[in-house]
Amino acid sequence: MELKNIKISSSPQINHFLSTSRIMWIVSAALFPAGIWAIYQFGLNVLLVILVSVGTAALTEGLLELIFRQKNTLADGSAFLTGLLIAYNMPPHVPLFIPVVASFFAIFVVKWSFGGLGTNWMNPALAGRVFVFFSWTGGMTKWTLPMNGKMADTITGPTPLGSLKTGLLGMSDSITGPMDLLMSEGFPVSYADLFWGRIPGSIGEISAFLLLLGALVLFLLKIISWEIPVAYLGVFSVLIWIFGGLPFGQGAFTGDVLFHLLSGGLILGTFFMATDMVSSPVTKTGKLIFGAGCGFMTFLIRLYGSFPEGVSLAIIFMNIFVPLIDRFISPKRFGIENGGKA
Amino acid sequence: MKKSMTFPQGGVHPPEGKELSEHRDAKTAPFPARAIIPMSQHIGIPAECIVKTGDVIEEEQLIGKKAGFVSANIHSSVPGKVVEIKDVFLPNSIKTQAVVIEMEGSFSRSGKENEKQNWRELDSETIVEKITEAGIVGMGGATFPSHVKFTLPKGKVCETLIINGVECEPFLTSDHKLMLEESEGILEGIEILSQILSPRRVCIGIEMNKPDAIEKLDTLVKSKNLPFEVSSLKVKYPQGAEKNLVKAITGQEVPSGKLPLEVGAIIANVSTVFAVYEAVTLNRPVVERYVTVSGGAVAEPRTLKVRVGTPVKDLIEECGGLVEEPVKLISGGPMMGFTFYDLETPVTKGTSGILALTAKEVKAAEQSACLSCGRCIDGCPMGLNPTRLFKLLDHGKTSEAGDFGLLDCVECGSCAFMCPARIPLVHGFRVGKKILRSQQKKA
Repeated sequence: MELKNIKISSSPQINHFLSTSRIMWIVSAALFPAGIWAIYQFGLNVLLVILVSVGTAALTEGLLELIFRQKNTLADGSAFLTGLLIAYNMPPHVPLFIPVVASFFAIFVVKWSFGGLGTNWMNPALAGRVFVFFSWTGGMTKWTLPMNGKMADTITGPTPLGSLKTGLLGMSDSITGPMDLLMSEGFPVSYADLFWGRIPGSIGEISAFLLLLGALVLFLLKIISWEIPVAYLGVFSVLIWIFGGLPFGQGAFTGDVLFHLLSGGLILGTFFMATDMVSSPVTKTGKLIFGAGCGFMTFLIRLYGSFPEGVSLAIIFMNIFVPLIDRFISPKRFGIENGGKA
Repeated sequence: MKKSMTFPQGGVHPPEGKELSEHRDAKTAPFPARAIIPMSQHIGIPAECIVKTGDVIEEEQLIGKKAGFVSANIHSSVPGKVVEIKDVFLPNSIKTQAVVIEMEGSFSRSGKENEKQNWRELDSETIVEKITEAGIVGMGGATFPSHVKFTLPKGKVCETLIINGVECEPFLTSDHKLMLEESEGILEGIEILSQILSPRRVCIGIEMNKPDAIEKLDTLVKSKNLPFEVSSLKVKYPQGAEKNLVKAITGQEVPSGKLPLEVGAIIANVSTVFAVYEAVTLNRPVVERYVTVSGGAVAEPRTLKVRVGTPVKDLIEECGGLVEEPVKLISGGPMMGFTFYDLETPVTKGTSGILALTAKEVKAAEQSACLSCGRCIDGCPMGLNPTRLFKLLDHGKTSEAGDFGLLDCVECGSCAFMCPARIPLVHGFRVGKKILRSQQKKA
């Protein structure tokens, strides 16, 4: 046999099957079930939001690469994933210009002006979401009630966390926790509703179950590791357990951990955005610190901030510390006492 | 038998690929009609060629003389006539003189039973002399001349003699087959080494994916009542790397920048030990070795017993030829081996395998920017931060990379294997180390 295509290369001669583009496409695929659920719950409008977000992200990246004569990187899936995550952070009936602005901002300002893939110091999707959230808060906080299989006109209503925040202002004495409060506000939910995703909320955040399913795939393929999620959810849960009951006039150690874990964007944020490789630390110890910081910040914002939801702000706040964490946390070097000087 | 030890930090699990060749028995490859025998088959000074074109030589005759302390003798693997002395390129990108021998005449040694010498009365110097004569080098692939390793510097004691039967490189089954087929010889080789090194502890380390070899050696050690331990190790690459093997077996860490002897350990590959046995008991030089010919492009992958100097082409033919076009031809294992393109490339003392891998096995992908995923850090068995080291080197900060442990890198390939961005980390470190060493020399 003639050998025409023999490659000469430096060792190692083989690679792990996960490449950059494989990782991006697998993460995107792991998010799919939650998106399909959102279409079922909120109608076809959701699909439009997803297409617009992904389209804008891809178009922005493609055009920038064309203008600056750089290699086209759309195939690596990174812009697609950013667009998808932005859509998942939008209310189901968001005015369509909002995801357009968010995707453009994410790709152009956050990703591209800092050097493109790998050099953005903040999660682009989250930065895009936060940007439009503060610019068009009205459009970003108009929620739709889930259809739960019934064909119905679009009815708006608050998210569980949102009605919790407003309900706390004029609460009667008989209320002992978030579930009670939501009942008295006229938007009763059960833990099962929260778990399966029969609640109002952002497109991609409502079904804890489907998100966890996707996250499990990422765990099994070792695309995400346990450090960030465990530290994030661990610290958050402990703090909620200790302090979560106080606003309801209950004692310490009475917080409703389950309610807080299952509501809002916590599951989506923990497994799909805090774990973003580029904007999280490189070492295991660093990841633990980062995750713990995210948990602490989410707790602070949810319980004491003026917004109902704190996940995206908490994560981008911790993104800022990543270069610092990576500078000071090094792996323990082999054959050097105390792990070495650096 | 001690159970399932391993080194604690880092390490990766590449697809094993050993199933391709391990179910076939080792077989003796035909002798080469034209043997190409390079004068540099080891680390150190090339041997000095002592034959010329037209010379008629015998099997196992000395043709290259050791030219310094860190150098090794080279012998002819076949009888015949020297038809050419020419320069060849070896896969490790070394250009060296090679003696081309056309096989003819009769075999003085092969197929004949040699009388076994009694070595138990010999002193250490005589035994090391025999090892030197035979041109033995580290046959796991490092090819460091063995007589240097087995001569203890003054004041040093060998606490632990570790016999390396780990074979952690994917696809390779040459040490595995050797352990099964030459167990007696290996154990006698270990006895010989024990006599010259007088270690307090002798440990044979084998990974658990070779249960038959573990069982065979363990049974034999027990029936012969030898003071050796057979350690079964968890499968993890690079367990066969000296420092990681010492850590797995003794729990001790060889300090940065030092040799294993610093903690009293000497490591010898099973193939090297077998060569010692043949040299000392049968006065036989290194002219033959076990070579795994494997990879998805090979029709019948198997381990062959091959004469040094046999062109790769003959081996691939012996294994049924190529069934599909390979994208890489590799000498050695896929993690640390070298690619080559010429099928006339000869087998040398350090060739543990010849692999013809398909695109599916190589899993190349387009290089992208670093994602800071940290998979390289998780994989590094030396606790280094490969992504940081690479960025420092990329920015010309070589001495700073040195401060972060660049010279500790053993080039095992774990980081670059894991890298989703396919950044050529190991290649960068290899170049960086060279620059750093030359800077240090100047200073």
